[in-house]
Amino acid sequence: MGEPTDTFYDVIRRQGISRRNFMKFCSLTAASLGLGPAFASKIANAMETKPRIPVLWLHGLECTCCSESFIRSAHPLVKDVVLSMISLDYDDTIMAAAGHQAEAILEEVKEKYKGRYILAVEGNPPLNDGGVYCMPGGVPFVDKLKYMAEDAQAIISWGSCASWGCVQAAKPNPTGATPVHKVIKDKPIIKVPGCPPIAEVMTGVITYLLTFERMPELDRQGRPKMFYSQRIHDKCYRRSHFDAGQFVENWDDEQARKGYCLYKMGCKGPTTYNACSTTRWNEGVSFPIQSGHGCIGCSEDGFWDNGSFYDRVTNINTFGIESNADKVGGTAAAVVGTAAAAHAALSLVKRAQQKGTDDGEN
Amino acid sequence: MATTTPNGFNLDNSGRRVVVDPVTRIEGHLRVEVNLDENNVIRNAVSTGTMWRGLELILQGRDPRDAWAFTQRICGVCTGTHALTSVRAVEDALKIDIPENANSIRNIMQLTLQVHDHLVHFYHLHALDWVDVVSALNADPKGTSELAQSISKWPLSSPGYFKDIQTRLKKFVESGQLGPFKNAYWGHPAYKLPPEANLMAVAHYLEALDFQKEIVKIHAIFGGKNPHPNWLVGGVPCAINLDGEGSVGAINMERLNLVSSVIDRCIEFTEQVYIPDLLAVASFYKDWQYGGGLSSTNVLSYGDIPDHANDYSASNLMLPRGAIINGDLSTVHDVDLYDPEQVQEHVDHSWYTYEGGAKGLHPFDGQTNPHFELGPNAKGDAKKIEELDEAGKYSWIKAPRWRGHAMEVGPLSRYIIGYAQGNPEFKEPVEAVLSKLDLPVPALFSTLGRTAARGLECQWAADKMRYFFDKMIANIKAGDSSTANTTKWDPAAWPKSAKGAGFTEAPRGALGHWVEIDNGKIKSYQCIVPTTWNGSPRDAEGNIGAFEASLMDTPMADPEQPLEIIRTLHSFDPCLACSTHVMSPDGQEMADVKVR
Repeated sequence: MGEPTDTFYDVIRRQGISRRNFMKFCSLTAASLGLGPAFASKIANAMETKPRIPVLWLHGLECTCCSESFIRSAHPLVKDVVLSMISLDYDDTIMAAAGHQAEAILEEVKEKYKGRYILAVEGNPPLNDGGVYCMPGGVPFVDKLKYMAEDAQAIISWGSCASWGCVQAAKPNPTGATPVHKVIKDKPIIKVPGCPPIAEVMTGVITYLLTFERMPELDRQGRPKMFYSQRIHDKCYRRSHFDAGQFVENWDDEQARKGYCLYKMGCKGPTTYNACSTTRWNEGVSFPIQSGHGCIGCSEDGFWDNGSFYDRVTNINTFGIESNADKVGGTAAAVVGTAAAAHAALSLVKRAQQKGTDDGEN
Repeated sequence: MATTTPNGFNLDNSGRRVVVDPVTRIEGHLRVEVNLDENNVIRNAVSTGTMWRGLELILQGRDPRDAWAFTQRICGVCTGTHALTSVRAVEDALKIDIPENANSIRNIMQLTLQVHDHLVHFYHLHALDWVDVVSALNADPKGTSELAQSISKWPLSSPGYFKDIQTRLKKFVESGQLGPFKNAYWGHPAYKLPPEANLMAVAHYLEALDFQKEIVKIHAIFGGKNPHPNWLVGGVPCAINLDGEGSVGAINMERLNLVSSVIDRCIEFTEQVYIPDLLAVASFYKDWQYGGGLSSTNVLSYGDIPDHANDYSASNLMLPRGAIINGDLSTVHDVDLYDPEQVQEHVDHSWYTYEGGAKGLHPFDGQTNPHFELGPNAKGDAKKIEELDEAGKYSWIKAPRWRGHAMEVGPLSRYIIGYAQGNPEFKEPVEAVLSKLDLPVPALFSTLGRTAARGLECQWAADKMRYFFDKMIANIKAGDSSTANTTKWDPAAWPKSAKGAGFTEAPRGALGHWVEIDNGKIKSYQCIVPTTWNGSPRDAEGNIGAFEASLMDTPMADPEQPLEIIRTLHSFDPCLACSTHVMSPDGQEMADVKVR
């Protein structure tokens, strides 16, 4: 059947989805990417003419919160992602096959789609002691990761485990848990940090790749700017209380009930780059600060080792609050955001999607 | 070659060895090896946790108020239950009481997890062990409609609806790109459903996938996000403000309405989709009575869902607490998490050592010194394990025992204990299901029994969400809107040293955390989680664990296609990231690895 030359649109039409629903999906996608309505038709056009990409989703040391978040996606619905947008050929959390039937798929895709599949990695490899702390399929995960990365066209590092190391890499990191980019150095890597990342951020990154046939613009640390270029503090709906010096002083105090700023309760919003305060969580229902707890900074490198979640990000004086907090954030911004756009391997995704006689296909 | 274990299983490892690794559709990394006799019946079973992260060591020296966030990352599937267990352990150590509203909100969050986790498990992790997706292509949608309407009033049941689903499925299969359904066991003789029932199940697989994301909105409201919502030692972080200044930024009427509407939908979906599907599927598998394992003899539950705040005694817990041993349902033993003689962990066949040759250690005395070493008869090496040697060390999972017994935990254990206690909330639904399927009580002790108990518990949990929502509303109406007790928030208010234990009933079973605090920091932290119990390897006496026991004596139709094995393993809902952990109280040398 000439896989993967079916376009996204071919597939969903064949599966009985109406053109009207398809267009609705396209406008929701445009909206979720922060694009105007004019982009909906562009997306529709892209979807109608591009083939589907095989995705192999590997799991190292992790807790599966990224997969759980992914299936929460509301636009697009995860069933449409899995049945119609990508070809999720391997994902141990949901795949029907087990044992050698499962592992055979890895070999098949690696060969058949050489240089064209996307490797999505949840979790990370432990490097201590030859990698014995994670042995899926009887082999060290690090070996499996390297082997499958060889012929991938790009890697998505889902979540803070794959991006930074996360909880198992917190001090003293007993297993030598190591983020993907420190093991794989010759492939474009998109980091999508967070513990877990927001569902629509995850599907938004995938949709962007499929729609625009290129890597999203990344910051110097490899994160998509469209979701990670601003601090939670920048767009927090409680920001006006911060500016006015109105703070929660204790849990469930009068100020907490009025929804004042959580800065003094340890909120890491001023130093955390993520989309929580704009995209929000679970179809926009809330995000940590809205529900009364400070941000714990879960999308930042090493956030487990930056003191207690209830320590303030800096000591703050009665005067100069704004400048002080901005200084905190500003320092981080200088480290993170000012680098030139890393348009790594713009054409890579495109190559994967070329129809028919791609030289990678045997 | 052939031996009988102290817990009564006849093992024979002389026949053909079959390895399944990875076991998929679970959380984390699990391997299983079995030996078959000449009739392809399983005569020996070996289950292995193949990952280890060392989280408890990482917790040493941390602020105990942060521990919930670390332990929550033990598992993103049962998200929240470790955090709740952790704040309970810390509150127990520091003698912190929480407000009544915080108890209700925590219970609603824990029950939300139960409903979500059980539903996703049934439809997305377990269903494909019973449902042949490809067979659904041959269904007559009209027949599926008749079947659906005969078992439920769920409105999405017209012939046209099922026809559309079938068309979508048909085109998907015809594309040749089967995605997650690739290389599976379609057409296997152990699949028993007629095509019409398979099509109904496929439709509900997709509906449940859409619906599950709605359930967890309750976590987002009270905890800001899901997975991994936020918790708080001393209560819950969300403040209640119904009608005062700034109430738009707190738990207000609109937020409560959203919670309430999700609860209604949970009750509806469970009653009208999950339970009818469960009964329909079960009716075709009544003859497949395998997988009982330890469930007919040894089951354990710590209990959970305290009705009133701060009372963790058995009489105040709505999920039952107790232990049944040797199949004696007439006696439910008390369970005490502090008693050093009750809960102990062994490492004789686990990749750890104990200093001083200690046999079993209570969690307050626990230690973990990783020591990876394949047994003398293992095949392969640490770069590629071909076959394990269960006579040696063979798993990252320790072997917990209750008074020396290997135990099964989980929804079936809870229902057996509730049944044995004569609690009508558990006994009556069990009897109703048995009578509907025309099965005797012993039929409960099986793979199917485990799967059925999970469904019943999902319904129970949805109803209890409503109970605690109403209770919270009544409490707020009576003038109490407190959600946190901050009198001991400041570490200056803590004793110099303190010990505590916290527990919950996670979706997968009994979960305990044991914490020791010294000078305001964590001195030691130990978790024993449900899959440590169920996925336990052998102990020094040779008792096999619950996964291993459940696979015994099951016939395989085709040794190349391990459908029967994964069906039974999935009935436990294994969670391997949970089960493999570490404690090293003195911070001693961590790595001691012998690579063969």
